[in-house]
Amino acid sequence: MTKTVTDVICPFCGTLCDDLEVVVSDDGKTIVDVYNACAIGAEKFMHSQARDRVKRPRMQQPDGTYKEVSYDEAVEYTAQMLANAKKPLMYGWSSTSCEAQSVGHEIAEKVGAIVDNTATVCHGTTLIAVQDVGIPSCTLGEIKNRADRIIFWGCNPAHAHPRHQSRYSIFPRGFFTNKGHKNRKVVVVDPRRTDTAKMADYHFQIEQGRDYELLSAFRVAVRGEWLPDTVAGISKERIYEAAEMLKSGRFGIIFFGMGVTQSLSKNHNIDEAIMLTKDLNDYTKFSIMAMRGHYNVTGSGQVMGWQFGFPYATDLSRGFARYNPGETTSNDLLVRGEVDAVFVLGSDPGAHFPISSVKKISQLPSVCVDPHITPTSEVSKLHVPVAFVGVEVGGNCYRMDNVPIDARKVVDPPEGMLTDEEFLTRVNKRLEQLVAVT
Amino acid sequence: METVTITMKNPPGLFLEADNVSPDTFAGKKAADIAALHAFEGREQTSLGKYFEVSGNGGATAADTRIVVKGDVSRVKYIGMKMTAGEVVIENSPDMYTGAWMQGGKLLVKGSTNAFTGIGMKGGELVIEGDTGNYLGAAYRGDWRGMQGGIIRVRGNAGSDTGYFMNGGTIIVEGNTDVHVGTHMEGGTIIIKGNVPSKVGGQMVEGTIYVFGTIDVMMPGFKFVKDEEMEVDGYKGLFSLFHGDLGERHPKRKGQVVYGKLYQKI
Repeated sequence: MTKTVTDVICPFCGTLCDDLEVVVSDDGKTIVDVYNACAIGAEKFMHSQARDRVKRPRMQQPDGTYKEVSYDEAVEYTAQMLANAKKPLMYGWSSTSCEAQSVGHEIAEKVGAIVDNTATVCHGTTLIAVQDVGIPSCTLGEIKNRADRIIFWGCNPAHAHPRHQSRYSIFPRGFFTNKGHKNRKVVVVDPRRTDTAKMADYHFQIEQGRDYELLSAFRVAVRGEWLPDTVAGISKERIYEAAEMLKSGRFGIIFFGMGVTQSLSKNHNIDEAIMLTKDLNDYTKFSIMAMRGHYNVTGSGQVMGWQFGFPYATDLSRGFARYNPGETTSNDLLVRGEVDAVFVLGSDPGAHFPISSVKKISQLPSVCVDPHITPTSEVSKLHVPVAFVGVEVGGNCYRMDNVPIDARKVVDPPEGMLTDEEFLTRVNKRLEQLVAVT
Repeated sequence: METVTITMKNPPGLFLEADNVSPDTFAGKKAADIAALHAFEGREQTSLGKYFEVSGNGGATAADTRIVVKGDVSRVKYIGMKMTAGEVVIENSPDMYTGAWMQGGKLLVKGSTNAFTGIGMKGGELVIEGDTGNYLGAAYRGDWRGMQGGIIRVRGNAGSDTGYFMNGGTIIVEGNTDVHVGTHMEGGTIIIKGNVPSKVGGQMVEGTIYVFGTIDVMMPGFKFVKDEEMEVDGYKGLFSLFHGDLGERHPKRKGQVVYGKLYQKI
């Protein structure tokens, strides 16, 4: 006999689906099947069951082989590394619970580290724009129930957030949107004809790197001012028409992703998109939301925000919090050689950072805390495997619309394995002995 | 005027935060006191004397103090930060935040500077003989007040985001710049003698930008108004005037809408 755990939270993307059903074996130790999840989410649960999973910390030897070490030795190495560094980088945090992040921040404060999360290569530019001009946003529930104008700008949820359209944005029948997608007009702005673009009523196939110009043109069109004949490869007639269509809606939403946050203009694109949202509020209700990637990157921003005042790239080296992307962001720090130790938890910079940064990680004392074997664990001196948050341990997470949701534990972790929070707490305790509090 | 010469002898392993290298802090101090002034390398508080050889004493006031920085300072940040008077000459290329929040005096860099040069500047004169990085004369993160006064002259090229949130003062770049010149500008003057690829004056409310070279892609919110004969930084000639950014809010004065002005040399 098996039993089914219902209302499970999916610890994969920022959509944080909360309707998963996980079938576990009778003894409650193995996951047999996952229902309602997308292919990526289901794989996250099934992957925890892998037979070749690493269950004990491993230290990389000079010849590239690994030597298994105890958690005590791993705690000691990590604490010594952080205590001896002048300016350690503590990166990641997006695939763990808020509780673990909070302990991590305590450590960072003790050792004068720089705490940075995956927003640094993702929606960090969004956070810069939000700080510059504010943000009119809403929850995904409001979008499901009210939105009839949906814009996807530089994002492709069909692949990156697979259940987003069916749960919140295009298809669901909500209170005021009882005809589902027939109630909605969908606009996709993307240089490629993506699978999301194929579902859209309007697809603006924009010239690459001209998002800032097109967003500005929309603002000009909303004000009814003069426009040149084409902007970013789009004719002015189509821009004026789209502006009217957006103004005629009852509730509109702009979703945006890496296509605008990490292409030419970066934070300025988001700045302009937020100002377009603000302008459209002169005519109807409009909101804007970032399509956050990792399931708890929003939570990392929240926790860092309430503890230090900044959502990412927080430099604590001088005992007070400073923040200036371009200087205190992980890639700048690594490439410029500003840090002398790297601690990674809940992220995989080895796979996502430029090779010049990854090389620096491999040259520095480094620790990678991750349940999986990743490119980061391969270049780090010490790999500490931990329990999967949202599968083997619960914890608080924030959805992309800043709604906190508690993740549930489904099965036990393999015997003797620590969770992120337990490991960090032990490192923190050891640091209390090593670092004199000034 | 008294001259203090500091020469880099022992470069930092990481980066040095030397916000004390300013006529305001050096004034009234003997060489030994200056060497004892604190600096930061990571979380370690050290002293300037650990890295620099200091010779000469500071003047009675900041205005009487001249600082000459010699040696390799490519890993030193914040030189001349918040200086109000006096003179600083940097013979090589310093790192970030050179002349940040400067309020007065003269700062001359004979090499190039990195990003955030002269951010939040309120007054004084900042000259860079080489190139500079991104965010020249821009606002610090989250601040809506960028450069408010003073003059910055760059003989070489500048990076992106020159004059971000600028609302006063003058920036002159004699070479080319990267994208985003005068974004969110609310006042002041930017003169680019070279070329700019695109995004000139985006979200500009007020202020003036002159571009002597080419603009590959003009912002859609800029509308041609007329050609005008002008004299700009020693050059006299014909410029095309564009008003913008039409997508942005604009104040009204004496019944007239005030636009940002973009002049391009013909």
